[in-house]
Amino acid sequence: MTHSFAEMSARERLAAVVDAGSFHEWLPPSERVTSPHLAQLGVPAAFDDGVAIGRAAVGGRTVFVAAQEGGFMGGGVGEVHGAKLVGLLRRALRDRPDAVLVLAESGGVRLHEANAGLIAVSEVMRALLDVRAAGIATVMLIGGANGCFGGMGIVARCADTVVMSDIARHAMSGPEVIESAHGAGEFDSRDRALVWRTTGGKHRWLCGDCDVLVDDDADAFRAAAITALDAHRPMTLEELQQESALLQARADADGDNADAFVLWSRLGVPDARAVPDLDADALRPRRPASVAALAHGGA
Amino acid sequence: MDWMSVAARLFGTDHAIVADGDFLCGTADFDGTTLAVVGTTNHAAVGVDLALRQARAVLDTVARYPGRPLLLLVDTQGQALRRRDELLGIHRAMAHLGCCLDLARRRGHPVIGLVYDQALSGGFITSGLMADGCHALPQAEIRVMRVPAMARVTKLPEELLESLSRTNPVFAPGVANYVAMGGVRSLWGDDLAAGLRAALADRDTTDRRAQEGAQRGGRRAAADVIRRVLEA
Repeated sequence: MTHSFAEMSARERLAAVVDAGSFHEWLPPSERVTSPHLAQLGVPAAFDDGVAIGRAAVGGRTVFVAAQEGGFMGGGVGEVHGAKLVGLLRRALRDRPDAVLVLAESGGVRLHEANAGLIAVSEVMRALLDVRAAGIATVMLIGGANGCFGGMGIVARCADTVVMSDIARHAMSGPEVIESAHGAGEFDSRDRALVWRTTGGKHRWLCGDCDVLVDDDADAFRAAAITALDAHRPMTLEELQQESALLQARADADGDNADAFVLWSRLGVPDARAVPDLDADALRPRRPASVAALAHGGA
Repeated sequence: MDWMSVAARLFGTDHAIVADGDFLCGTADFDGTTLAVVGTTNHAAVGVDLALRQARAVLDTVARYPGRPLLLLVDTQGQALRRRDELLGIHRAMAHLGCCLDLARRRGHPVIGLVYDQALSGGFITSGLMADGCHALPQAEIRVMRVPAMARVTKLPEELLESLSRTNPVFAPGVANYVAMGGVRSLWGDDLAAGLRAALADRDTTDRRAQEGAQRGGRRAAADVIRRVLEA
């Protein structure tokens, strides 16, 4: 029996990923740490500001964990939401858990608190990189229905490991935003197949931007999280130089603004047209070795 | 202010910063020290290619000139809103740029950000906001989006947002609001060189933005929430 990770709430996902009953929450809803800004706008607040944080065990090992709730303002990062993430990461730096897991589901900066959200996302990014530099594994699990976008999309890719389901999305700007800026000819937000092959889990896997591709299943995410606890990699000059070169080569492969199908073929994916019909198991071996170098734990 | 005027006021005519399209790169001498300058101009829309160019300039500096201070000149309208950039993983290219700046800091390069014209959301998060401290010119413009667009997206009345923005810096665009919230460390007044000198002298690389936001009164909740998580 599989449990769709996408359809779960943040707290359900969290409970399914960590060892049963092991989650100890900091600043739980009972403490009512809410946004100081939403009330001024007449917008309802959430008692956890859309993110649960705390300590838990995964496979018997201590992790710090956060889960963003896409059902509350699209998982947008406001002042308090962001500060909870920063607090969790700074605490990880102090207390040294085996890993920090983030169940990321976010549209990025919460526009209702735009300025504070932007600074908060930047603080989260720096705090995450501090944790990573300290040798603590950082893991992003992206499987919520709202995807992981904007500033959180950037933050997520700063982690050691990004786990995605085949139906998840990880990108910067949503298709609606791009369409409203440059028209449906640029990016037709109603063309779901186009949207998914441009930003979805399968595409990110084939291009090396996602490190682990799983089915939309809570047990699969849990298994991937357990493996990722040991997947820390230090960030070195040599590694960043290699990443730079590989990212540039990939961009050069699409100098003519081609579709995903064309890009996959150029990268060496066999029978690119068949990709949308494949499940995660069938797709995984199709990632070309040259691209795998871009993924952590790849090659 | 255009980048050439900024460069002239900081370094005189004797600098080697050049613009190639929207990309700024080069070196300049300041108080006897060579700085690496990396940035954007023309209100650049930062896409994959521009993010990667900046990242390479940072990595080249780290590889060849250990410890050389980096000055980031920021003028961006935000991330490029193009399908191709999404396809090619613009989030990753930007994360890569942020990681390169983070590496430079860890290896002892002072990283100073200066918003000299305009800074918006995505283009700003992985440039100026990744500096040890980000500074701005008083006439610069920093925002996520304008109030009318914010009203449209949030479905809130524009008048409400306008009136709130007079009392709560969280809602309104503006450099002064970013200073009050701790996101911008200081404004560089008429004497730009004095601003840069002070920024170079500040060798504290810890992220103190939440703390400064609380001290300055523009962002009171963040520092308190962070403290509570640490004490929980």
